[in-house]
Amino acid sequence: MLDIYKIRKDFPILSRMINEKPLIYLDNAATTHKPKQVIDALVDFYENHNSNVHRGVHTLSMEATDMYELAREKVSNFINSETTQSIIWTRNASESLNIVAYSWGQHNINNGDEILLSPMEHHSNLIPWQELARKKGATVRFIPMTDDGTLDICDLESLINKRTKLVSIVHVSNAIGTVNQVKIICDKAHSMGALFLLDGAQSVPHMPIDVRDLDCDFFVFSGHKMMGPTGIGVLYVKMDILNQMEPMLTGGEMVLEVTYEKATWADLPMRFEAGTPNIADAIGLGAAIDYLTNIGMENIHNYEKSIIEYGLDKFKELGNDVQLFGPKDPALRGAVFSFHSPDVHPHDMGTILDGMGIAVRTGHHCAMPLVRGLGVSATARASCYVYNTIDEIDSLIVGLKETVRYFKDGAKSDI
Amino acid sequence: MVQNRISDLYRNDAILDHCMNPRNNKLLNDVDFNGDAINPFCGDEIHFSIKLTSIGRISKIGFIGDGCAINQASGSMFSVLVKGFTFNEINECTKLFRQHMQNSEENIMDVGDHDISALFQVRKFPIRIKCVLLACSALENAYQNYIDSI
Repeated sequence: MLDIYKIRKDFPILSRMINEKPLIYLDNAATTHKPKQVIDALVDFYENHNSNVHRGVHTLSMEATDMYELAREKVSNFINSETTQSIIWTRNASESLNIVAYSWGQHNINNGDEILLSPMEHHSNLIPWQELARKKGATVRFIPMTDDGTLDICDLESLINKRTKLVSIVHVSNAIGTVNQVKIICDKAHSMGALFLLDGAQSVPHMPIDVRDLDCDFFVFSGHKMMGPTGIGVLYVKMDILNQMEPMLTGGEMVLEVTYEKATWADLPMRFEAGTPNIADAIGLGAAIDYLTNIGMENIHNYEKSIIEYGLDKFKELGNDVQLFGPKDPALRGAVFSFHSPDVHPHDMGTILDGMGIAVRTGHHCAMPLVRGLGVSATARASCYVYNTIDEIDSLIVGLKETVRYFKDGAKSDI
Repeated sequence: MVQNRISDLYRNDAILDHCMNPRNNKLLNDVDFNGDAINPFCGDEIHFSIKLTSIGRISKIGFIGDGCAINQASGSMFSVLVKGFTFNEINECTKLFRQHMQNSEENIMDVGDHDISALFQVRKFPIRIKCVLLACSALENAYQNYIDSI
């Protein structure tokens, strides 16, 4: 049994007051807070070890290189990659996806080919493929979605065919919380010779991930959604595919030998990491992984399951005043509650909840086609992490009830 | 009432009245000019339809929109304010209003006790100024359509 109140003490920001109320932070799908251990790791690097990495022979450079490469090893172990060479540092999941679209897609997607996505992709796993398809004369197709926000994979046979070169799917939807059953889709993609990309931005922070068990060819995620710093992300690629890929950026750090005429590329993974990397934030992400591993990903997953079950029950109390999107089955969703009230616009909802100290996100959550498909222009979204408590869910529900009542009765009550 | 928090705007009588009972809240059938504005970042939108008299003054105006309370109140208040205006007067009005909203120090526009003065309080909350100004953008679009037609 996790001691959530002990965990909360590691997060300085959670003791902040917002509008004279204790902060209730429910915007974790956008970014998570950082424990003291991660903040300390950043400060320690800059205060005691700051230097550029690789090739330096002085002590600080060797220390920085060791710390930076140790962080890569932590990432590799965390997702059970076969080798650290498969782990490429990026700025975020978006950059990771763009590298795949450019370095792999430009050379492997051709006229008439098909790329299969889900309708619940974040814009970052939609637009790079739209652009690639437009340039190459390929087609982007979508797996249909059922009314409860899960993928309808009954017709996978016809969706994945010999023209399909890539299937790229989000593991957990940031907008409606669906946990996609990706293994079936991955197996089908492979059986037809297509590659499989999994966007793990919303799954890695919340559940154990084993890229070898998932058998995905590409896996992407961001550090800041898993208690790490902003500006650091990860691209995992299976070695046999990575060996065939050309670098997207060229310049310093990524070369073996350079003449005035040409250059040869460095070994993996540095071939894909041109320029001075984001050393401190990679080390910070390593500290976040230590922190998460110490709590235990299985423990985090189980705790969040209890939050999901509790939250789903509590939302029922709101009846028709609030429509909750996404699967009703707690086993098929992450701790993301995306909702809409016919009486209160999401931006008003978000603003009034902020007055109560409750931080939720409102808008299309970078999934504009999905949200439009739900029949609304925007939703409000409460997304939880391991430091959120049942009491905070109660406060959210009370806040929602008060806000809806205020607008429903013509602002005669108080908020 | 001193309003220090954005959520306090929802306690303002004029804003509440206009968002819950928006005036002129339908598009006209017989239209001379339309004006549209969409904020792609938040998905809010406002659309005006305008009918002119023979001497070029607004005889009828309608608006519809989808957005937050501030945004919808702004559409409603503007529809009341500009009735009877010429397009040149609308242009002057939206220019002044925009400058007023974007200047937190000086009072550039004086609307007396017209309901729309309630929106001036949003100046304290820069993040929501765009909600107020979407109606301005839609009227500016209508003005541009008018200019393009002459």
